[in-house]
Formats: sequence, C-alpha cells, structure tokens
Amino acid sequence: MTERTLRGKTAIAGIGETPYYKHGQSPHDEFKLALIAVLEACKDAGVDPRDVDGFASYGGDRSEATRLAAALGIKELRFSNMHWGGGGGGVCAAVANASAAVHSGIADCVIAFRSLAQGQFRRYGRGAVAVAAMGEDAFGAPYGLMSPAQRFAMKITRFMTDHGIRHEALRAIAMASYHHAQTNPRAVMRGRPLDEAKYDASRWIVEPFHRLFDCCMENDCAAAVLVVPAGRAKDLGQRPAYVLGGAQGGHHRSAAPVHNAPLYASSHFTTVARNLYDMAKLGPKDMDVVQAYENFTGGVMMSLVEHGLVKPEEANEFMIPSNLYAPSGRMPLNTSGGNLAECYMHGLELVIEGVRQLRGTACNQVPGAKTVLVIGGPMVTPVSNLILGTEDTL
Amino acid sequence: MSTTTSRALPAGLPAPGEESMTKPYWDGTRKNRLIVQRCRGCGHWQWGPEWICHRCHAFDLAWEEVAPRGRIYSWERPHHPVHPALQGHPPYVIVLVELPHADNIRVIGNLLGDPLQEVKIGTAVEAVFEPHDEADRPYTLVQWRIAV
Ligand SMILES: [Zn+2]
Repeated sequence: MTERTLRGKTAIAGIGETPYYKHGQSPHDEFKLALIAVLEACKDAGVDPRDVDGFASYGGDRSEATRLAAALGIKELRFSNMHWGGGGGGVCAAVANASAAVHSGIADCVIAFRSLAQGQFRRYGRGAVAVAAMGEDAFGAPYGLMSPAQRFAMKITRFMTDHGIRHEALRAIAMASYHHAQTNPRAVMRGRPLDEAKYDASRWIVEPFHRLFDCCMENDCAAAVLVVPAGRAKDLGQRPAYVLGGAQGGHHRSAAPVHNAPLYASSHFTTVARNLYDMAKLGPKDMDVVQAYENFTGGVMMSLVEHGLVKPEEANEFMIPSNLYAPSGRMPLNTSGGNLAECYMHGLELVIEGVRQLRGTACNQVPGAKTVLVIGGPMVTPVSNLILGTEDTL
Repeated sequence: MSTTTSRALPAGLPAPGEESMTKPYWDGTRKNRLIVQRCRGCGHWQWGPEWICHRCHAFDLAWEEVAPRGRIYSWERPHHPVHPALQGHPPYVIVLVELPHADNIRVIGNLLGDPLQEVKIGTAVEAVFEPHDEADRPYTLVQWRIAV
C-alpha cells in the first residue's frame, strides 16, 4: 500500500495580500478585499484566475466560495471547503485541506484564503451585547468572562504557574514580532518599535499574563495562497514552497465545555504537533524558522513547548529577544511581525511569510532557510499546523 | 448555605439564557443548590452540560446536588472592559473552581472579596449564591469565596 501522506505532494505556488489596514480603515468591502487577495496570489503564481477550481477557508469566512467563483468567472468549481472553528485555529488546516483536495485529484488549483474586515463587521475583542447569554456563554458572560482574551487567560495562568515561567518570556515573544515589523513595509506597526520599558508600562488587559502588547491587533485585510500539485509548481513562476506536512484537531476532549478539558493548560497541540512531525519526517530541531500564531503571547509560549521547540524548564532562560530575532537567533520567530505587529490576518500572513523565507525574499531573511514551521491559532479547537520546505527537503 | 445581597459585578451584564438542557442547573441555583450532571449509567459526574455521557454514551444523565466547595484550579483578573456595563468598573477576579469530590469537574464564577487580592491556585473556596430577583426571569449566580 502506498504511504498516505501530503509530504512533497503539493506546493504553494502563489501568495497574495491586500494592504494591511487598521480595523475600520479599509476603503474596501470585505468581499472586495478577498477578490484582491485571490487575484494577487494568481498573479504571483502566473496562473489565470479563471483556472482556479477550488477555495478553502476557515474561521467562518463570510466570502463564500460560490460567490468568489461567480465574481471571478471561474470556469468550473470543483472544491469548496470551510474549516470549522473560530479564530485562526484553521489557518494551516485551510492550506492542508486545499492540498488534500489537490493531491487526491478532487481539484487542481485551489486558493486557501481569509478575508476579514472588522470595521465592517463586529470586532472579536468586544463582548457580545446581548440580554441573555446562550450555550457555553451562559456560564461565562454573567461573570464577566466574554472576550477571547478572557476565555484563554486561565489556561495561560495555569500553565505559567505550573512551570514557573515568568512574564519576561512572553515579553520576548512580543518584542520579536515588533522587532521584525520595523523592517517590513507591509507591517501596521512599522515605525512603532517596542522595548522592555514600553512593554512593562503597558496596561493590563487581563492579569496575570495579558498586558496590552501580549494581545493581537484587529485589522481589515485579506490574504490568499495558491496550492497546486508539486509537479506543476515547478513549471510556474516562483520557487515552490512544498507542503511537507499538515495536521489539525486536538487532544482528547480538548473542546470539553465550560473549561473542562482534562488537559486544560494547553495550546491543544500535543497530538497535532506529533502528527505533523510524523508526516513531515522531521522534528523540532529541523525547523529553520518558526511562525507561531499570536492571539496572545501565552498561547505562543504553550505552542512552542508543545511543538518540542522549548522545554518548559528552560523557557525563562531561552525566551530572550536575541534568540528569537532573525537572521541569527537560535529560533527566528514571527519574522514578518505576525499578528502582533504585521497584521492580524488570522495567521495567513504567517503562512505567506513562511513562503517568502523559503523563496529567500523575506524582509528579515534567515539565510538558507529550508524549512518553516507554521503554528495556527493556539488554544482554540480545532488547531492546525504546517511544515513547508524547499526542494532540497523533498 | 450562604447567599449574598451584594453583587460581584455591575448590573447590565448578560443573564443566563433559558435553555432546556441547562434548566435543572439554573432551577437548582434558585434554591441555593449546586446541581450538575451525573451519569446514571456509569455514575460519573460531568460538566459542562451535554446530552450524552462522554464516558459510557448513556443519554440517561441525572442532575444531582454536589457540595458547593472546591479549590481554585486557575484564575484571571480582567481590567479592560469588554462590555458597556463594565465601563469604569474596577478589575474583578474570575476563578475556575475544581470540585475534587465530583470527578474534578470545573465550574466558573467570580471570587468575592478584595478585587486586587492575591489569588493562589489550590486555595480552598466555597460557593456563595447571588440571586438576581429583579431580572425579568430571575436567576441566581454561583460565586466563590475563600473557605474559612
Ligand atoms: Zn456514563
């Protein structure tokens, strides 16, 4: 029986982004942002947009595949896929789902995308202003537990307390994103550097581990990547970023309601990281660059630990800015500025940055980067991750 | 059983909505009792509420009273107001309370007392029932205080 894997079967052949706007400042409707990103990804790959035959997205994207296909005059739609779950947990899964469709022959040329105009629609950081809270919220909202920052804070409190990890470790994560954003012309926070003093003086969003700079921005933007069979990617215009592995899901009952997951103090990557490395036939030591979704820096910390990149008992020592800075840090992290400082593109900016690193065109290039680990939104369910590699890694 | 007439948080936050699955829980808190799911098939406690027992797949879930005490499993202190009712309100403490005598199920509430108090994981706490009698559909929240 042939091995069941995505390793080396597909590649990202094109990347596209709209300009990154502060929330509420996009001159365009959310759907128009999606159209721009799709066209940019096709242009980058040198593919006629009418030849796209599939769309994959996540996070409840409002730009439906069928509307995109009609608007763009797609010849034939063969794959449309929405990954369950809120936030950016599905970002890598959308790419893997597109890859699975391409590898299986369901489709040939699939866009994975996300469009998000939080000015046009409701922001995530606000609690819903409803008279009655339903479902799981009924056990949180009446107690003032309603925003994503509040929903995840107690996982982080427990994890950091159990392992004695200090807030300074999270500060290093924030500083890495801001540091990298300063040389990134796309970054919303370019020109607004962050140092220790500014971080330490920032206001609490939620004690004990969410200061202002531990929390992601909210933005208006869209981004897309084009996934094609590996063989075809070689014939297109860009250096292919091969999919070496993709995984998604969560450990046993990680979504148990009202904060009852048996393993609670977790980013939900314990099994998903294992499955990813198994498919890629690589381990944490093989990763040249790491792009880890920052909804909150505490989630990044847990996801790095659960991917075997940092031992919890070494976190205070290892998690210092110089170890996380490109080009020469021991673990270059979020090299374009990520959700904190480039743009809250629901993590798709991290996938795109991974592709740039492998092409050798990143603004904070890690010399000779051959592998990139991308970690999707930690602490939500389901989560997802991805390893991309150059042709050398096949 | 202790109750409180003062409120942990200002008026105007969402009230728990009425839903058939969770009705026994909210009916229980109105009587100052903490009532959660317990499987008639395998005898295990379960929370949050669900239609099925995740262990033995019985649909026959009973609602039973559990002693309203536990220990702090985790905590947070929100500062940033995410709801209009919290504008200008000082920080408050949310605790996740583990009930060791009920298969370690966890429940959420506010920790009463000084909102700036130091909070320690593992601290023993006991429930305080906080009635909202004036609501269109009266309800009672379950709050927590450090056990004496
Ligand atoms: Zn049972």
